[in-house]
Amino acid sequence: MAWDTITKSAADKESAALPDTEVARAAFSWDEARQNLSGLRGGGLNIAYEALDRHVLAGSGKRRALRWLGSKGETRDFSYENLLRNASKFANVLTRHGIGQGDRLFSMMGRVPELYFAALGTLRIGAVFTPLFSAFGPKPVRMRMEIGEASALITTASIYRRKIAAWRADIPSLKLVLIVGDDAPEGCIALRQELDAAPDTFDVVQTGAEDMALIHFTSGTTGRPKGVVHVHEAAVAHAATGRYALELKPGTIYWCTADPGWVTGTSYGIISPLLNGATMIVDEAEYDLKRWYRTLEREKVEVWYTAPTAIRMMMRAGRGAASDHDFSHLKFLASVGEPLNPEAVVWGNEVFGRPFHDNWWQSETGGIMIANTAAMDIKPGSMGKPLPGIEADIVTSDGTKMRSCAAGEVGELALRPGWPSMMRAYLHEEARYAKCFRDGWYLSGDLAMRDTDGYFWFVGRADDLIKSSGHLIGPFEVESALIEHGAVAEAAVIGLPDETAGEIVKAYVVLNPGRGASDELERELRGHARKRLGPAVAPREIVFRKSLPKTRSGKIMRRLLKARELGLPEGDISTLETDEK
Amino acid sequence: MTKDEIRTAFLEELTQIAPDIIPATVAGDDHLMDDLDLDSMDILNLVTAVHKRLGVSVPEIDYPRLETPDSAVAYLAAKLSG
Repeated sequence: MAWDTITKSAADKESAALPDTEVARAAFSWDEARQNLSGLRGGGLNIAYEALDRHVLAGSGKRRALRWLGSKGETRDFSYENLLRNASKFANVLTRHGIGQGDRLFSMMGRVPELYFAALGTLRIGAVFTPLFSAFGPKPVRMRMEIGEASALITTASIYRRKIAAWRADIPSLKLVLIVGDDAPEGCIALRQELDAAPDTFDVVQTGAEDMALIHFTSGTTGRPKGVVHVHEAAVAHAATGRYALELKPGTIYWCTADPGWVTGTSYGIISPLLNGATMIVDEAEYDLKRWYRTLEREKVEVWYTAPTAIRMMMRAGRGAASDHDFSHLKFLASVGEPLNPEAVVWGNEVFGRPFHDNWWQSETGGIMIANTAAMDIKPGSMGKPLPGIEADIVTSDGTKMRSCAAGEVGELALRPGWPSMMRAYLHEEARYAKCFRDGWYLSGDLAMRDTDGYFWFVGRADDLIKSSGHLIGPFEVESALIEHGAVAEAAVIGLPDETAGEIVKAYVVLNPGRGASDELERELRGHARKRLGPAVAPREIVFRKSLPKTRSGKIMRRLLKARELGLPEGDISTLETDEK
Repeated sequence: MTKDEIRTAFLEELTQIAPDIIPATVAGDDHLMDDLDLDSMDILNLVTAVHKRLGVSVPEIDYPRLETPDSAVAYLAAKLSG
């Protein structure tokens, strides 16, 4: 069915950061956007300086930067001044242990205040901050730390013992492991005493705008995960897009529910809100319906950035669960991670009095590219229109050259490179990086179309990557973990539609001779995969096959498995050599 | 149904969803997400499995009551007798 457009009132438009997107687009330049940051004396740019010092120097140090809600009900507040002192302490701890400019600090921990000190302290010394999702199993963690040549790691004692201790010695670059809290396992340093003893000032290191600041890992269809490199200059885009797409202003009470282990939780859960002088709400706990509703109400959250899976979980609970709450402080709701279904956009409007504004971006783009902004009428199900400073198109290749698609025609979503938060490299993977660009376009790997009004609509992935609960999962990584099990000869992994998670991971395995399929073995394989990969990445369902569909060159045709699973046309199967049995 | 039977059923469903967990090592106060590494999709699947197995439907608002095996057994026992 078609969904009615949600129109915005004159008052909505007037109060928006961009009352008229088209006017703003015509007037916009990144050079001008850059003037909103102060830069370092003597040239250069540093994200942490822009996020903290700039506000403190401007006399806003007492403003609250972060309200932390502990899982046991405790609350801790940090002003901009206080966060600056703690980030400086962390910077001193790092330098005391020989970590310096260009070194890479990995984080793998829950949302505790030290994570925020670490991110900002790391950037302050010119080191590179690389967050990992704490629910990853040991295999993905190890691979990412190898590729990223980790110099330092901050984590918890529990995560360290369960997932890291066994292979820590195999990462030769790793010089320092900091453990949050008072006690540390052997060979690690407890952070509490170090922070207590460290001086609370630290002169920011003179980083250049093009110096590496962040690495975000993202999955590939084949091969190893890719380390997406971002530089300090990205702050220009983080600041501007936070204003335009999320309505962040000084003092805005803002809750980004994404974990900093993923790119959204860093770009828009740490950097962008601080650049804009907002007050961040950080909840240590995982999704819990009542807790979330109470948090929105009690903290008077004004801007809320969340994800489709969470919204769909709220929808499952029904409107009744929300009815005894006062959400009148909410001014702007946004969603990212995967396309937000129209039902959810409309549901937001009915329950919170505001629709969810879907937006689109990726680890590679570093910041929001396409969005439904506050002043725009919303077509439920659409990701919106390109932000000022962003040139986007739908393109397709007719043999040799890329061409723009007509309205309504499906093609690949492409962006004109040149915005400040564009990735600068895939770490050590020049060929894969080069493959992302063609005829002057960055190709996103997402299939989409644009309608006659200029709204963009997501259609699907151009490759085999799986989007589950907003996380991009590379089938190859899952398949190789399965093959490590002695019973498995071959594996193919696809994403199947799921009404809550978007997609769930399903695996097809071929067993080694002499191993018989059984329920016990199915459980054993799922357990094996969960232990290595963690629950977010491991398959939720495994089925046994005698053979998998393969091309002549031996490539598994995941696309075919998926089409059959969904009862869709099988498409071109001229390259099929051996079929599924 | 006795509490022991409920606990056995709960642990069986739990380890069916997360076969990496060894039932004998699960403590009554282990937190399903923090200690046993379940994620929110696992919890949804667990609620569905418990419903199928015990006939107890757990509303979304009560999910936190299933935080640990002990609290889950107490909650399910109360529901079954009520």
